[in-house]
Formats: sequence, structure tokens, C-alpha cells
Amino acid sequence: MATSIDKPRSFQEIILRLQSYWAAKGCAIMQPYDMEVGAGTFHPATTLRSLGSKPWAAAYVQPSRRPTDGRYGENPNRLQHYYQYQVLIKPSPPDLQDLYLGSLEAIGIDMEMHDIRFVEDDWESPTLGAWGLGWEVWCDGMEVSQFTYFQQVGGHDCHPVSGELTYGLERLAMYVLGIDHVMDMPYNDPQAPIALKYGDVFRQTEEEYSRHNFDLANTDMLLKHFEEAEAECAALLSASFDDPKTGKRIIPAHPAYDQCIKASHLFNLLDARGVISVTERQAYIGRVRALAKMCADAFVQTEAGGWTPAEATA
Amino acid sequence: MPDLLIELFSEEIPARMQARAAADLKARMTDGLVEAGLTYAGAAAFHTPRRLTLAIEGLLERSPTLREERKGPRVDAPEKAIEGFLRGAGVAKEDLKVQDDKKGQVYVAVIEKPGREAAEIVAEVLGSVINNFPWPKSMRWGSSGLKWVRPLHSILCVLSSEAGTEVVPFEIEGIVAGDTTAGHRFMAPRRFSVTNFEDYAAKLKRAYVVLDAQERADHIWQDATNMAFAAGLEVVEDKGLLSEVAGLVEWPVVLMGEIGSDFLGLPPEVLQTSMKEHQKFFSVRNAKTGRIERFITVANRETADNGATILAGNQKVLAARLSDAKFFWENDLRIAAKGMETWTEQLSNVTFHNKLGSQAARIDRIAALAREIAPQIGADADLAEKAARVAKADLSSEMVYEFPELQGLMGRYYAEAAGLPTEVAAACQDHYSPLGPSDTVPTAPVSVAVALADKLDTLTGFWAIDEKPTGSKDPFALRRAALGVIRLLLVNGLRLELKSTVQTAIVEHYNALQFQILEEIRKDEYTAMHQFGIKSYNQFKEVQSLVSEQLSLASDKQNQQDTFIEKLGQIDLSNFVSDEDDLLSFFHDRLKVHLRDEGIRHDVIDACLAMPGNDDITLLTRRAQALGDFLKTEEGENLVQGFKRANNILSQAEEKDGVSYEFGADKKFAEDPTEEALFDALQAARPQIDAAMKAEDFAASMGAMAALRAPIDAFFEAVQVNSDKEIVRRNRLNLLSTIRSTCLAVADLTKLEG
Repeated sequence: MATSIDKPRSFQEIILRLQSYWAAKGCAIMQPYDMEVGAGTFHPATTLRSLGSKPWAAAYVQPSRRPTDGRYGENPNRLQHYYQYQVLIKPSPPDLQDLYLGSLEAIGIDMEMHDIRFVEDDWESPTLGAWGLGWEVWCDGMEVSQFTYFQQVGGHDCHPVSGELTYGLERLAMYVLGIDHVMDMPYNDPQAPIALKYGDVFRQTEEEYSRHNFDLANTDMLLKHFEEAEAECAALLSASFDDPKTGKRIIPAHPAYDQCIKASHLFNLLDARGVISVTERQAYIGRVRALAKMCADAFVQTEAGGWTPAEATA
Repeated sequence: MPDLLIELFSEEIPARMQARAAADLKARMTDGLVEAGLTYAGAAAFHTPRRLTLAIEGLLERSPTLREERKGPRVDAPEKAIEGFLRGAGVAKEDLKVQDDKKGQVYVAVIEKPGREAAEIVAEVLGSVINNFPWPKSMRWGSSGLKWVRPLHSILCVLSSEAGTEVVPFEIEGIVAGDTTAGHRFMAPRRFSVTNFEDYAAKLKRAYVVLDAQERADHIWQDATNMAFAAGLEVVEDKGLLSEVAGLVEWPVVLMGEIGSDFLGLPPEVLQTSMKEHQKFFSVRNAKTGRIERFITVANRETADNGATILAGNQKVLAARLSDAKFFWENDLRIAAKGMETWTEQLSNVTFHNKLGSQAARIDRIAALAREIAPQIGADADLAEKAARVAKADLSSEMVYEFPELQGLMGRYYAEAAGLPTEVAAACQDHYSPLGPSDTVPTAPVSVAVALADKLDTLTGFWAIDEKPTGSKDPFALRRAALGVIRLLLVNGLRLELKSTVQTAIVEHYNALQFQILEEIRKDEYTAMHQFGIKSYNQFKEVQSLVSEQLSLASDKQNQQDTFIEKLGQIDLSNFVSDEDDLLSFFHDRLKVHLRDEGIRHDVIDACLAMPGNDDITLLTRRAQALGDFLKTEEGENLVQGFKRANNILSQAEEKDGVSYEFGADKKFAEDPTEEALFDALQAARPQIDAAMKAEDFAASMGAMAALRAPIDAFFEAVQVNSDKEIVRRNRLNLLSTIRSTCLAVADLTKLEG
């Protein structure tokens, strides 16, 4: 009784289908965060919004950068810049697994023909001071998503708990479209007057960034920027909660968190440049984590983080 | 009597936790029920990825009523005392009985605890079991206050008997217990109700769920072996993988797939590890060639195309994985063919331990130690050193980076590819062994030399930086390393004086540690110290002053040298000695544990530890074995008693007189024939014992000692040691002293218990 499910034809169609699926399920479709991040989790719509008691539901594409994964566009699966699709719902709804499976159907995976499995995989982000329990989801032996119930973010226990879904879009799309090399994947409709493949869009940038990440990036400058971002984050958060100009309580949690994101990406670049030794590595991760914790501490004192004016008098 | 059925239905439980959780559910539920007075006839627990199930048969309908009579104060006791008693017993004054007692008339309260319905007790116990479940890692979800391994969705809890089925009234955090469950996630997701366990198990099977994990495992194994057999192949057995896979599916469907011909040239272990670790596939082997030719995967569902799509997908994922493996293998072989030096060099950038330096520095030490040990155990020193130099090179290989569990094995393949001698290649693979008490012990001399050097370097290193195991904490597996050394020596019957080997290794570590402090001038001076080949503390002292002298002659780097010389002078040699003694006694403790398992008492080992050469594990063990055997004989047991008697009398006299009687007894003062006989026996025994000890023939020395038993017994029977004649008394005490010294030449019998 295999239904002939309507198969998507391109990378972008898969993204569009995920967008409309999760929009239909009530998520706010957000846009990518306008900074360099290593994963969709870094988007404040996930990191910060998973904190505090206010309900939240968001879905978005996030360009993600992993400088060490650059392979000059030659490796069929590895990229230093790729896309993640991220869903975060707080509190995690009881039917989140079913919602997730529905999204796979939406992008053309026929549940009647494939073998979908939830295989234990606990998630931890040492730089964000975050961890959760969940699974990697397998489709016919292939990992297509990460499914996590956040337990702690920025050192804070999550109450209520958010459910997070992360799809590695290129890998998932290659699987659905039956493509062996990422660069050969149709980016837009293959019937379009100007049909573009993933390689047409990204091969050159993969080359350029691989060279940049591994050989050209100025490590002295990166180190300096790292220190600056670190100092700025702390400086922003040391400002008084009360803004003298407006007379309002304005805590710069998001601007400070931008500096934390910046420090994290600079660390990744330094790592790719091979200038961080094994022992230093831990120390850098600890420094970024300290920033993430400060930002989380600040965010939970804002209204979006669940703070109410009643608390001020308490 | 009703039966109880409980099912806790959740999102996917990690495979590795399921069996334990089912057992915990059974133990905690039944313990709780019994404690509340509900006994039962039998219980069984089951687990699938989504459910933990407990079936209890023959449960009491209600807990028995308990009646207790509690004696209170006298009837004429103060009102306050009576009130207190009433409060404590929870009864009213009019319900009290009056009884005659020794004290007079006293109040007695009859407290009756009425039995409770099973359902009420089940609900109470279940609530506490769920709230206190011992998951290795649990989590919260949504806004629920519950903690479970993954979100808990529904609870089935029914009591069933001929009269019918009753849902146990129970609710926890909004989950209300019912009589329904769901089938397979994809093949039969609808919920259905059940009446009892048989009904439950049967309906589940119709809903594509095999409840019993063992049944799933058996089914997988049977289908897998049948499929492989039909193709003229065999499945590589892997019990751990089988039980893991059985925990990942509710409806196992076994599929066999092809491994692309491009990948068949990979070492079978690589294929097997890659398929198992990444994909949880079984390997299918050609028994004739030993090569892995196909794989078995287990899907969780049936499909209209009989799994063709699923198999194709899995095959594709495997091809991508194996392309990586093949890429690593070919790259690695290219480097290996050039002699593996690149890898060894890279290891200088890899930290072994932040205080003990890089892997490369560690390899240098192991190589030197292997060279040192080799001649003592009949191995070729050059080969041993060579083997030690390449044994860990594979740690830099891409394959081992990807699959750390292939370390050693890849080393062997790569050493072979480098054209190194067979002994060297074998040592690459075997030098990590033995890893545990039942692991195979290498026997090839070169492998043994490297294995010993590797373990001794680790032990002495962590001793030098004071990271010894404490209590249950042994993060660097040092106990295992020490046991490894012991087993390597014993299984191969090797004679090694550990003390001097340990001393050499410790000196080496201290030397390296010193130069770490002086990082900036490290290399030159380290080499300077090193070229002297220091092996003992005394040499160390000498070399230290020589090096200081040499360095003070050179005028450049004056300041650095001053610091260097100053630091050298600060090395505290007493640490060396205490480390060495401490490590030796660590070995002795491990040996005691090891020999206890072989039936040798710890006091027997203590008795032998007092003898010279106790750092030679093989010698020590032989001595202990001989003594242990000797003590099991009647002769042995009696001789020890005689020895102890002699020793006691002698010790008391020595304490009392404040002298030690060890100046030799003289036969001419003997008064009794038994005394003379003992003189003769001792005189005859001593050379025999000494000769046997010299020849390390411990059985013979014990035999010679055994010959003393009769004369000693006869002597004590006939003679009073404390004679009135002082000269006779002294002579006899000196005779006892000869008994003591003769016996102590065999072992320190004073250490024996009992």
C-alpha cells in the first residue's frame, strides 16, 4: 500500500516544505541569525528562548560554519558551511515524535517503505554549558536528525523543557534526492530555465573559505578579537539594568550574547588554524562557556526570559 | 488470586538500559508489594524499545489484617501517661482492655491494622517505584514534574482474575493508568485494550511487537544464520551486538546485504568494526577465506518491497562509511610503507599525560626499558627496542583515529606493510595484553619485553607523579597494569628482578620531570644526563654533579645553568626510594589478590615476602606455592606448631633476660637423648635446606625442614627448656634459636596465622 508520495526535486524545495510544514504546526518561522555560528542551536531563538518559563515555538534555517570541516569542496559529504534546519518548542509537546515523523513525510520519505529508528544519542555543548537527552534519528541506517530534550542551557535547568529538532539539511536532502556528492545536488528546480546545482552556488566559496580557514586567517587578529569579544560581553552585562535615558529596565542580554557567539566562532577559526593546543583547547571552551552562562543569567532576568515586574519588589 | 499486569510505555529507551530497567522494575515492585503484605506466586519482566512490562501471578487479593496487642501503663498511672499511651497507640480510652500483670493491673491496647485491597497497595508501590526509578540518566520533558529515561506516555495497570479485569486506580503527573497500550509505532500504532498478560502478549504480537527480548534475539540470530548458511557463509558471532540490536526493534526483520567489491580488500577487523560501530551490522564471513563478504542488518518493520528500499539505503550508507575506511587504510599503508617514522614523529605533539610528557617521550622510555628487560627474559634486545619504537606508531594513523579500538591490530598490519620483522609486527598487536584477568598473555619474547616495558613505564610514571590508585578510583587502570606484569612473568615463568627495573624506570621519570620544570633549557641538559645511562640512585647523584660541573664550564647561557644546577641540587632522592618500595608493595598486594584466586592464602605470601628476592614475582610465587602445599600436609602443619612453640618460648626468654640467644648451642651440654637427636637433625637439615634454597628447589627445602618435625616434637615431649641449671637452660634456648634460624631460612613462619 505504498502511497506514491510526491517527491521533492531540489534542495530548496525540501527547505520550503519544512518551512510550510512547521508553519502549519504553529511554529514562528524565523530567519537565520545574522552572525557566524557553528550550529542552529546558537541562534538566540534556541539558546536564549529555551530558558525561562515563557512558551515558545520557532523554526528556521541556520547557515552553520565549522571551519575544521572544510575540504575545498571535494569531499562528497563535508562542508565548512552548511545548513541546519532547527525547530524549538517549549514546552516540548507530548506528540513531538509524531510531529517530527510528519515532517519526514512532508519532505517525501514514505514511512511505509523506510525503517525509521530513534537511537540513543545524548547531546552536550561544552561551549554553551548545555546538555540534553534524546536520539539521533536513523532512516535506513542513515542519521537524518538530532532529537533532543534540553535539560540545561547556560548552566540553568530548563523549566519547562524544550524539545529541539535539528536536521542536517544537505545530508538529508542528498538522501531524499538520491545524490551521492553534495556538489551535484540540484539547488533549485532542475527544470528551471537556469538550473543551479549546489556546486554552482557553493563550490567556489568552499575553496575560498577552506584556504582562509586553514592558511590565511590572521591568527593574531583572531586572538585579539576573541579577547575583545570576551571583554565586551562582560562589560555589557556589568551595565546597570536600569537605562538612565529611558528610565526603563533594559538588560542587554542579546547584545552580550552576540559577543559570546563571536567568541565562539573565533575560537573555531583558531582551532582550524591549528594554533590551539590540546590543553589550551579546554581553557578556551571554558572561557566561551563562562560567557554563555553570563548571558543566560542575564536573559532569565528579562521579560522574555520569564522575569516579571513582581519579582523586582520581591 | 488475581494477576497483575503493568506496562510503562515511553519514547525509545536506550538499548543498553532496557534489560537492567526491566529487572529493577520487577525487583522494586515485588519488594514493595511484599513489604506491604502482598505476596505473590511468580513474576516476570519484559522490555522493548518503548515499554517496560511486569507480569505478576497469584497476588493476594488483599493484605492480611494485622493485630497487635500493646501493653500500656498501670490503671492507676497518672492521667498524662495514659493520654500519651493512647496517642501513641491511636486508640480511645474506652477501647482499652485491662489485664493483670506482674506490676498489677495494666491497660492493654488492641491495635488492628485492617488489610488493604491489592489495587490500593499496587497504586501506592507503583507511584513510589516510578518516582524513585534508578535510571543511569533520566530527564524531564514538557512541563511534567516526572523524571523518566525519556518521556513516559502511558501506563497500563490491571488486576485480572476469573471475575474479570479491573484497572488499578492510579494517576501520576496527569498520566492515568488504564487497560490499553499501543502496537508497533509504524505497523500498528492504534491503541487497544487488554485483559491479562496472555491477552496482552498475544495482541501485541498481532500488533507487530515481540515482547520478549530473548525471543527477538533468538529470531534475529536464527534468521541471520539461516540466510548466511544459504549463501554458503557464516555470521560472525557477537553477543553484545545481538542484545543491543534486539533492544532497537520491536518487530525484527533480518536483511542480508552486499559489501561493495571495492571494500573486500580491507582487513576483516576493519570491516567488522566499521559496520558494527557505525551501523550496528553483523558481519558475514566466508569460512574458507576468513574474509567478511556480506552484512546483516535488522530492520524494525516489514515493507511491501520486502525490505528492498531499506536494504538499498543501508548499503549506500555503508558504502559511504567504508569509502572513508578505505581512504584511511590506503593513506595509512602509504605512510607505513615508508617505515612509520612520520607517525612516531607526530606523537611528539600528542600529550600522554600533562606531567608525563608526550607519547613520543613515553615511547623513548619504553624503548630503553624494553632493551634493558630483553636480555633478562631471553628476548633480542635490538628487536625489543625496535618493536617498542613502532608499537604505538599506529596511534597517529587515520584508521586508529577513527576506530581507537583497532589500536595495536592496525599496528601489526602497518608494521607488516613496512617490512618489519614478524616479531616486531606481533609485538605491535600484543604489547597491550593482557588487558584483564582472563585476557590471553603474550608469550613471544619480544612481545613480552615490550608489554612489560609499557606497563612498568606507566606504573612508575604515575607513581613518580603521585597519581596512585585510591579506593575504588583507578583512572589510569594501574591495578590492571600491575596484574598484567604479574601475569606476563608468571605465565612465561620469567625471572625478573623488579626492584632494579623499577629503579631504572623511576629515575628516568624523575629525570624527565626535572627537565620539564626547566623547559627552556630542557633538551641539551636532558640529553647530557641521559647519555650517562643512569640506572640507580647512586649513579644519579654522581651524574648530577658531573653534569653540573660540565655545565658550569661552559660560559654561555650562564643564568640558565645556574638555575639548572640549583634545581638539580633540589632533587630529593628519598622520594625515589619510597616510590620504589611503595610500588613493590603494590605489586605484592596485586599478587596476593591474584594468588588468592588460585587458592594461596595471603599469610603464606606474607611468610615468603620476608625472604630475599621478593621482587622476583616468579620466584616469590613458586616459594608461596611450595609453602602452601607443605602446610596442607600433616608434617607441615605440625612442624609449624613446633616452630611456633620454640619461637614463643625463646621470645619470652629473650625478653625476660634481655639478651638474644643466637650464639650457637653446644651438643656437649645436652642431657637428654632427644636433645642430642635434635642437635643432629638440625645439623643435618641446615646444609640440605641451604643447598635446596640455593637451587631454588623449595619443595626440597620444605622436605628437609619437615624432617625436623619428629625430633622437635620428641624434644618438647621429653625436655623442660627452663632447666634449673642455668647453663643447660641457656644451651636449650640457643638450641631453640637454631630451630628458629633454620626454619626462617625457608620462610618467615612467624607470619603464618592460626
